[in-house]
Amino acid sequence: MPAVVVDLFSLLSPSPCGGRPNTKTMLGRTLREVSAGLKQGQITPTELCQKCLSMIKKTKFLNAYITVTEEEALKQAEESEKRYAKGQPLGDLDGIPVAIKDNFSTSAIETTCGSNMLKGYVPPYNATVVQKLFDQGALLMGKTNLDEFAMGSGSTDGVFGPVKNPWSYSKQYREKRKQKPHGENEDSDWLITGGSSGGSAAAVSAFTCFAALGSDTGGSTRNPAAQCGLVGVKPSYGLVSRHGLIPLVNSMDVPGILTRCVDDAAVVLGVLAGHDPKDSTTIQDPVKPFLLPSLTDVSKLCIGIPKEYLVPELSSEVQSLWTKAADLFESRGAKVIEVSLPHTSYSIVCYHVLCTSEVASNMARFDGLEYGHRCDIDVSTEAMYAATRREGFNDVVRGRILSGNFFLLKENYETYFIKAQKVRRLIANDFVNVFNSGVDVLLTPTTLSEAVPYLEFIKEDNRTRSAQDDIFTQAVNMAGPTGDSQIRSPNQSHRMPCSSSAFPASPSQQPPIRAPLKPSLFSHCKAFPLLCLLLSLCQMQVIAVDSLATANSINSLCFSSFG
Amino acid sequence: MWARTVRLGLRARLGGCRGFTFKVDPQEAEQAPSVTHASGLAPQGTGQVTAELIEHLERLALVDFGGREAVARLEKAIAFADRLRGVDTDGVEPMESVLEDRCLYLRSDNVTEGNCAEELLQNSHRVVEEYFVAPPGMCYPEWLNKVTRELGN
Repeated sequence: MPAVVVDLFSLLSPSPCGGRPNTKTMLGRTLREVSAGLKQGQITPTELCQKCLSMIKKTKFLNAYITVTEEEALKQAEESEKRYAKGQPLGDLDGIPVAIKDNFSTSAIETTCGSNMLKGYVPPYNATVVQKLFDQGALLMGKTNLDEFAMGSGSTDGVFGPVKNPWSYSKQYREKRKQKPHGENEDSDWLITGGSSGGSAAAVSAFTCFAALGSDTGGSTRNPAAQCGLVGVKPSYGLVSRHGLIPLVNSMDVPGILTRCVDDAAVVLGVLAGHDPKDSTTIQDPVKPFLLPSLTDVSKLCIGIPKEYLVPELSSEVQSLWTKAADLFESRGAKVIEVSLPHTSYSIVCYHVLCTSEVASNMARFDGLEYGHRCDIDVSTEAMYAATRREGFNDVVRGRILSGNFFLLKENYETYFIKAQKVRRLIANDFVNVFNSGVDVLLTPTTLSEAVPYLEFIKEDNRTRSAQDDIFTQAVNMAGPTGDSQIRSPNQSHRMPCSSSAFPASPSQQPPIRAPLKPSLFSHCKAFPLLCLLLSLCQMQVIAVDSLATANSINSLCFSSFG
Repeated sequence: MWARTVRLGLRARLGGCRGFTFKVDPQEAEQAPSVTHASGLAPQGTGQVTAELIEHLERLALVDFGGREAVARLEKAIAFADRLRGVDTDGVEPMESVLEDRCLYLRSDNVTEGNCAEELLQNSHRVVEEYFVAPPGMCYPEWLNKVTRELGN
């Protein structure tokens, strides 16, 4: 029942600075803190696993998980415990519960992509990023819900039903909507998580795991991160392997990371990044895991605010928070300047054409012959393919395939597809020019507004919503690395833009009062109600040339109010 | 001709409860060229989607529209994409990948994995020994005509 989640956030407040974490509050700690706790024997991997599994059961109504892998998780926990007993943990992720979006292949575990087409499909291999997590000893809690084939911006269009935003059940939101906390509530105005990695976002936000994998093609990791109050990282294209990620748009897909704090995201990125011989689009440059400093000086940072992102549809709340975030940076000595990305208004259109075209090509593999759903028609191959695809795909997927095929028709190829590719270069050049002019990071909103109720979201169709919701996020997917891609020393080996939506979004319009909304999120910040208040109302996106610069900037924002 | 066969096959399966708004005249279908050059059909910024275009797309995509709503959605998608016409791209090269300035990685030509036919076959619904089983293709017109007639009965 939703009522149990109302107490969730206060229950999991971290112990005061310097205090010993106990098992009760373990779920609210950072990855490194839990890892330290595991090493010191304050909690065992099995106990941690049981806590997360119990939380999954309590929050089942969120519909965040498609498959819960209880047996596998407990087995992995047992093995992790043996390693800790010997004093030989594999790393910071050993024994840490994680969740994985259901479009990553997991060996012997059903992988559905939220679609009838792959219901019952069991991959014979692990995706590279999944394997990397397992090699570090992470525990798989389950496969999370998503929009069908990761097409959507609300996690409402999968065959397993929509995902509910855990914040729908927060005290603030319920008070705002004047709902009774107990008794028969209609639960009709619950909020969406955003998408398409909504299940992963809900899983992390509801404390059922410490980190989750999503995928990001046009904002599918950053959008739900912003709407569920998390850190969402889209690494630069080529930094993380796509082998095993069921593809949507080959030239833009990237595995994404969702966590409750920046440091956790850095830990996970450090594990996942690097060349993969099985994915020839990964860069070969050496990548070393990085450690975020505990205090960052922002006085040398130049923050760019792209003026074209100030659109009329931007909600006043997000706009004011954008200003507040910029002011916060400025007050700590950073240089904040207005910049221009002139082709911004065409970016979503360009994305729409390229996305549907690549989708049309990628979805051609689903014909019912080698894997996936197969219809009963045996008249002819084509009839069988057509009926299989009719039964297996929903309207959204079919619509994109048809649009994509339209743009790829011989007579339309030049006008639409090639044109979009040219516009893509112009957009990428915009970013190159800005980063070459001395700007270190760009600060933008992630979404136009805070999380909306489901009933409002479904008033428009998937395509319209995606066009609205991806507006700030997809440009970065198209630009990928900026022009300055020379590889220097290994320390600077990842000089490519990556975008993170760093700050949690409160679905509530009311500013929370004394206690921070998400006390567990900023463990580095300890007790700074004002800062937490600001950050918990923001849903900003930081785009940088350098993964490390992004992470540092966001982290520094956490510290910039230290007196 | 082909499109009609597919529809009949589908209708047989789905109990005939689905119908296309845009019906193709069988006579016309028989005479339709096997590859349609739909140069006259592509909307020139009008967003109009014709019956011929719909059939053409359905054949290429092997996915059916399923109704008027889908056609309307396509028209909106086209109108949306038409906004790109407003961008000046003279002298701009198309960008295929953001990693275009690098050479594609090629690993050495050594066999490192494989030999997993049995595992792969397990995911298919219909196999015979080590073969995936597919229905017959489109190379036998007489056979097709026979099947069409049978389905039509």
